[in-house]
Amino acid sequence: MATLTHHESATAEYLEVSPGTNRKFLMIIVAGVILLALGIIASIMGLGAEHHEATGAAHGAAAAHGGEHAGSPIWLKRVIVSLWHSNVFFVGISAIGTFFVALQYVAYAGWSVMIKRINEAMSAWLLPGAIIMLAVFLLGRHDLFHWTHDGIMTKGSANYDAIIAGKSGFLNLPFYLIRMVVFLGIWWFFSERLRKLSLAEDLNGGTEYFHKSINVAALFLVLYAVSSSMSAWDWVMSVDVHWFSTMFGWYVFASWWVSGIAMTTLTAIYLKQAGYLRFLNANHLHDLGKFMFGFSIFWTYVWFSQFMLIWYANLPEEAVYYNQRLGGFNGAYTWIFFFNLAINFVFPFLLMMTRDAKRQMIMLKIVSIAILIGHWSDFYLMFMPATMKGDNGFIIEIGIALIFLGSYLILFTKRLSQASLIPVHHPFLDESVHHTT
Amino acid sequence: MTKRFALGIFEDEDVLLHAVENIRGAGVKIYEVFTPFPIHGMDDALGIERSRLPIAAFFYGMTGLAFALWMQIYMLGFDWPMIIGGKPHIALPAFIPVSFELTVFFTCHGMVITFYTISKLYPRWKTPVLDVRSTDDKFVVAIELNENSDLNGLTKLLRENGASEVNEKEMTKN
Repeated sequence: MATLTHHESATAEYLEVSPGTNRKFLMIIVAGVILLALGIIASIMGLGAEHHEATGAAHGAAAAHGGEHAGSPIWLKRVIVSLWHSNVFFVGISAIGTFFVALQYVAYAGWSVMIKRINEAMSAWLLPGAIIMLAVFLLGRHDLFHWTHDGIMTKGSANYDAIIAGKSGFLNLPFYLIRMVVFLGIWWFFSERLRKLSLAEDLNGGTEYFHKSINVAALFLVLYAVSSSMSAWDWVMSVDVHWFSTMFGWYVFASWWVSGIAMTTLTAIYLKQAGYLRFLNANHLHDLGKFMFGFSIFWTYVWFSQFMLIWYANLPEEAVYYNQRLGGFNGAYTWIFFFNLAINFVFPFLLMMTRDAKRQMIMLKIVSIAILIGHWSDFYLMFMPATMKGDNGFIIEIGIALIFLGSYLILFTKRLSQASLIPVHHPFLDESVHHTT
Repeated sequence: MTKRFALGIFEDEDVLLHAVENIRGAGVKIYEVFTPFPIHGMDDALGIERSRLPIAAFFYGMTGLAFALWMQIYMLGFDWPMIIGGKPHIALPAFIPVSFELTVFFTCHGMVITFYTISKLYPRWKTPVLDVRSTDDKFVVAIELNENSDLNGLTKLLRENGASEVNEKEMTKN
């Protein structure tokens, strides 16, 4: 519309998180705790035991290989794996918030200023997430990572595995921990730095903060490019320690990225519907919709690039990855494999194709929620076959995911309410107000 | 065929945008607006409907996809079956890259040809330029005149809405 001469400019808006909203988040956590308890009881009572026996053969093979079966009971193992799984998902989304902000700075993008504070607040989970990640790794690493088993890299030990020993230069405890702390530290440091510059800009105005932010953002992008890829190898790919894929860093990044955009879109819509973000309109949503549509296809492209090469070459050491997910463990993962493709590709692709769909809140909401569920289950598919073999389940996993979701939302909205939703002195704010697509 | 136009020359795109809204509001039909660069919101102000090119693109894409799948299934499955890498003759994952490429190929070529045809952008086509300054620093609103047109009224309307000059121009279209 003809908005060029519209001289009203955006003013500060402060989000107030009502006790009712916080109660809703607590309810999510409580629901998660209940599901978790039910799941643990069900697991201890041996529901799904027939499942366990059916996969005995696969177990036997694994046991023969390293005798690593002295691990935790199934329920505890499931709790540890799903803590790791959901935490990797939410830490990734948090880092994407900062990545998005940095990307917009470096691209000199104006349209996204309206939603910038949402992305800034998304990184609120980084610090608690980092602590949880370290704790889960230190306490439960034997259930997650085959390569952490004692003696697996010592020649002559009963556990010795030459392939894993060959990777000891990279996958050893000190170096792994250093990498984890450094990557999370970098992400956290740059999130805080960009946030501080942005808040100082709110107070003092001027373009100095903007130019400084561009430098900080550019440096972050370089570091993030390396660290996101390497963290994907460390945190996700190394559960399948014999297997490797050169596409994996991109694949995990694509999953995080599209989930982060879905989270941004969903938050923007909820804020808009609660009466905030007065100047956010269909044009901004249209751009977010294009991002979700485009990066769902990007994820599919990376997914397929990885799948097709492995399928075509059919090398046993590579194909085992899809063997486990397609029909392996008595078909435990087959349905989720196809569900994953449907919800992460077919669904957003068909629903977001037209211009009108990208401009309607209800369509964007449906697709954002589908993408978040879809990519959570994408990570499920990355972790479970390697760690749980055929003993996977859903009640504990969904329970823990809900606990994470509730906690994430509490911290996220808290940080969102700590500053104006509109960065009032951002030099491109007017451009964002008058954005047309 | 000869057509006559009243040309309102504007200096500023902001003024122009509001003038276009007001002129259309006054019930006058605007033939076309010529500007040196695209102006955000002008399509809406002129009431131009969205292009239906995306719909055509969708069907070109479907044609390309159907052609690609038919071609590969017919060639590798029936006409000259070969075993490649121990895979079945009709191995769909292997067909996806070619299907994707041909979908894109058909879509973009179809769109370009359609767009050029409906915009009459083919070789030797002469584009009438009503006022050459619209390619430099002026914004031109063209209103078509017929025998009933009230040129004085139009001049007044354009002037009131910020036109710096109003000219009359005849254009012969071949």
